[in-house]
Amino acid sequence: MRKSRKDSKAKSEQNGLKKRLLRLKVNGELKEVATETSKTLLEVLREDLGLTGTKHGCEVGECGTCTVLIDNQPILSCLTLGVESEGAEIVTVEGLMKDGRPHPLQRAFADSGATQCGYCIPGIILTAKALLDENPRPSRDEIREALAGNLCRCTGYVKILDAVEQVVRGEVA
Amino acid sequence: MKPKAFSVIGKPLPKIDALAKCVGDTRYADDIELPRMLYGKLLRSPYPHARIKAVRTERAARLDGVFAVLTGADLPEKFGIMPSSQDEEAMAVEKVRYAGDPVAAVAAVSESVAEEALRLIEVDYEPLKPILSIEQALTSNEESDRIHAWNRRANIHKAVSLEFGDVQGGFGEAEEIFEDTFFFQGNTHLPMEQYCAIGQYGPQDKLTLWSSTQTPHYLHRALAKVLKLPMARIRVIAAPVGGGFGGKSDPFSHEICAAKLSMVTGRPVKITLTREESFYVHRGRHPVKMWIKTGVKKDGTLQAMHFRSFLDGGGYSSYGLASVYYTGALQTVTYKLPAYKFEGVRVFTNKPPCGPKRGHGTPQPRYAVEIQLDKIAEKLGMDPIELRLKQLVEPDSITVNGLRISTCGLKECIEKAAARAEWKKKFRKLPYGRGIGFAASGYISGAGLPIYWNEMPHSGVQIRLDRGGGITVFCGSTDIGQGSDSILAYAVAEEFGVDLADIRVVTADTDLTPVDLGSYSSRVTVMTGNAAIQACRKLKEMLLPVASELLEVPLDDLEMAEGQVRSRSYPKRAISFADCVEKAEAKFGTLGVTGSYWPPKNPRGFKGAGVGPTPAYSYSASIVELSCDPETAEVKIVKVWIAHDCGRAFNPLLVEGQSEGSVYMALGEALMEEQVFRKNGLHKFPSILDYKSPTTLESPEVETILIETNDPEGPFGAKEAGQGFLLPVIPAVANALYDAIGVRIDEIPITPDKILRALEGRLKPVSVPSFDFPPPIKWQPGEGIEVPQKS
Repeated sequence: MRKSRKDSKAKSEQNGLKKRLLRLKVNGELKEVATETSKTLLEVLREDLGLTGTKHGCEVGECGTCTVLIDNQPILSCLTLGVESEGAEIVTVEGLMKDGRPHPLQRAFADSGATQCGYCIPGIILTAKALLDENPRPSRDEIREALAGNLCRCTGYVKILDAVEQVVRGEVA
Repeated sequence: MKPKAFSVIGKPLPKIDALAKCVGDTRYADDIELPRMLYGKLLRSPYPHARIKAVRTERAARLDGVFAVLTGADLPEKFGIMPSSQDEEAMAVEKVRYAGDPVAAVAAVSESVAEEALRLIEVDYEPLKPILSIEQALTSNEESDRIHAWNRRANIHKAVSLEFGDVQGGFGEAEEIFEDTFFFQGNTHLPMEQYCAIGQYGPQDKLTLWSSTQTPHYLHRALAKVLKLPMARIRVIAAPVGGGFGGKSDPFSHEICAAKLSMVTGRPVKITLTREESFYVHRGRHPVKMWIKTGVKKDGTLQAMHFRSFLDGGGYSSYGLASVYYTGALQTVTYKLPAYKFEGVRVFTNKPPCGPKRGHGTPQPRYAVEIQLDKIAEKLGMDPIELRLKQLVEPDSITVNGLRISTCGLKECIEKAAARAEWKKKFRKLPYGRGIGFAASGYISGAGLPIYWNEMPHSGVQIRLDRGGGITVFCGSTDIGQGSDSILAYAVAEEFGVDLADIRVVTADTDLTPVDLGSYSSRVTVMTGNAAIQACRKLKEMLLPVASELLEVPLDDLEMAEGQVRSRSYPKRAISFADCVEKAEAKFGTLGVTGSYWPPKNPRGFKGAGVGPTPAYSYSASIVELSCDPETAEVKIVKVWIAHDCGRAFNPLLVEGQSEGSVYMALGEALMEEQVFRKNGLHKFPSILDYKSPTTLESPEVETILIETNDPEGPFGAKEAGQGFLLPVIPAVANALYDAIGVRIDEIPITPDKILRALEGRLKPVSVPSFDFPPPIKWQPGEGIEVPQKS
């Protein structure tokens, strides 16, 4: 059976690799954390920084659940090392709130029934944000295309597409 | 006192927990980190069928950072969801029964050290011949081939036979008899959240277990049994569940091991399964072979049906006793069927155990029935919708197998779906390569009986009123994303006429909340909703007389609305809800009440009668339009229309969401998803990439049409709205494919290779094993039936 996500850490411990001080810019804040260099960004965010809003569904780059933004691009944090992310602007779902107010995408997803179990939603919202930053008026098919790497088992995607379109149309404050 | 119009029910409100999920605040099980926490891992068998001769754990136990190692001998007590089939062990004791069966468990300072420790555990296996097919299971009579020693006959878990009405006479009267065979391949739930449980034992010899579970109450019972702790010393908390679909409804090894490892180490222990392990834990849709014989008059009137199902159950019983009965239970609730015989058998095989997935045991037979009806209509030269419309079950009737139908909006479902999809313009009229198909179905709004026999309520709700007007609602129900927490809040807000924001909902915590049996069988809205309404009405018996006296308004002129208790005739004569609560507390003392819900008594008395009854049946009709490229056999779903009789939409936004999610899940099952195994018992593709499921690109637009029949048993008239939608979509796809390219695919999933073989005339009919079913239990319609009244 496949090794789980902490396997890389086992190697680091076996090989006696030391921890390193990582300097990461997450949600606009500079964070310093001493951690194993072999840790994925997903693990650093969740385990070292307590940012558990980023979820995991496979940890091998197949489901899109762990998506975060690095320099405005959606990336899979389970396939990215923490050390690779130094010097970049990292945004997680927690970082979309501004002054205690949810991002329009967060508001739209909540109000239009686009979140059921909600587990895949942080990754989907961040992927949608990257799309809208690049293309503020995407067609429904362009939204489909952009979200094709993010799996959701609850919604059938209909209300997810609806929610993004609401934001595109400026219907959400 | 009844409100004139609903203020909350029927409104497309956001779920009360939706925003928290969108901003990353919701804490799922794996998000919980406790001080001093250890991490657990399970060692799983690489063999599908083997005797365990020895397990040596000394080297693992000596590894730095390892705090405990357990084997089957540490937890020998058997468990299982059904009381009469307790055949699972937290870790296998003498035998492993599927590749992936847990054999040992480790707790260590990190997952990586725990994994290193697993590699140091030596297990001596004596491999046995794996039983991997239904046919093999039915004929494996050698003692060594028995997966479970208690099996008296081959690897047969359960064989059942029921006969209702005059089946022989019915076939005798028939003018045409149709016989078909079908195969519905197994598939898995694939919730995006992996399984996770955290055990914390001590310091007062009490255990707390957090888990991603749909059924905390049943888990509570299983933990007590296996750990040999009184239930009173165990607290189970279901964390918000990141998708379940039935897959998190059993008590699981990792839950019991997390608890036991914590008991042994005195530290919290978390076990999170990998995605690969989740494919092996499974409990998903049973692969089912089916044979169906139906007799009709030349005008299409059904005379008799004989249905046989063969379920591939995998290595353990799970919900299998219910699953096998469910494959025969609901054929009768959609169309008038005067005579019906059902024979079903579930076998054990050396594969991950199957269990309940959305629709539990009913999508497979519904698939068979609805395709066969399409074939019957074709042969008789009838429109398949007309064939069904002429013989729908009537509201307030009893089916041939003794199921009580209350409301039935199937006719309206069918007519509306057909109108919206422009059925008459399209059926058999679209160009080659494009087609439209229809199917209908019915589903339960909660099982009429609990999993274990008892006379206690199925759902309990407690409500506490706080000074200042705050309302806290406590209920054991588990929100798995369907919105059951919100349903409680909506029901209470409606009853009290208060703002949703003034209501707090506390759920799924066995220390704090009254028992609700869990999120399965589409039972939650009907059962918790009724319990909540009952609790509210008890509180009103205190609140309203106080307001009446104070305002000098007669009781029957009082209403609760907009945060006030007021006169209907003179709305200015009002006090705020908060003031009314304070006055009532001064008079009666602390304000807290409970409400309970029992489903109507099961009117049938024969063995197996527990599966099928429900407070009310939901109804669905679906039309699928698709295109199929005859060169590549690629199928594209153009659109799905689905009409659903949900009694009353508590919240149309949530009902639509359940509809769209069910349609999506049905299309995955119809076209691509399959849980299949190699000859060595390993899963062919235990990864999300290779287990194909629909993405945004394969998921079509869905038009949901809600039909409201206001069922007397439902809270505010509501019936099921979580699973029933899935049922008709799968056969509608198959029927649409026939309309598009003229070939029948009687096997799920309908993949391009099967379509191409069918187009070339090379797709063989599904073979069904021969098997001697037990003599049927015969039951005549009307025996012992009383139509229960709403309590």
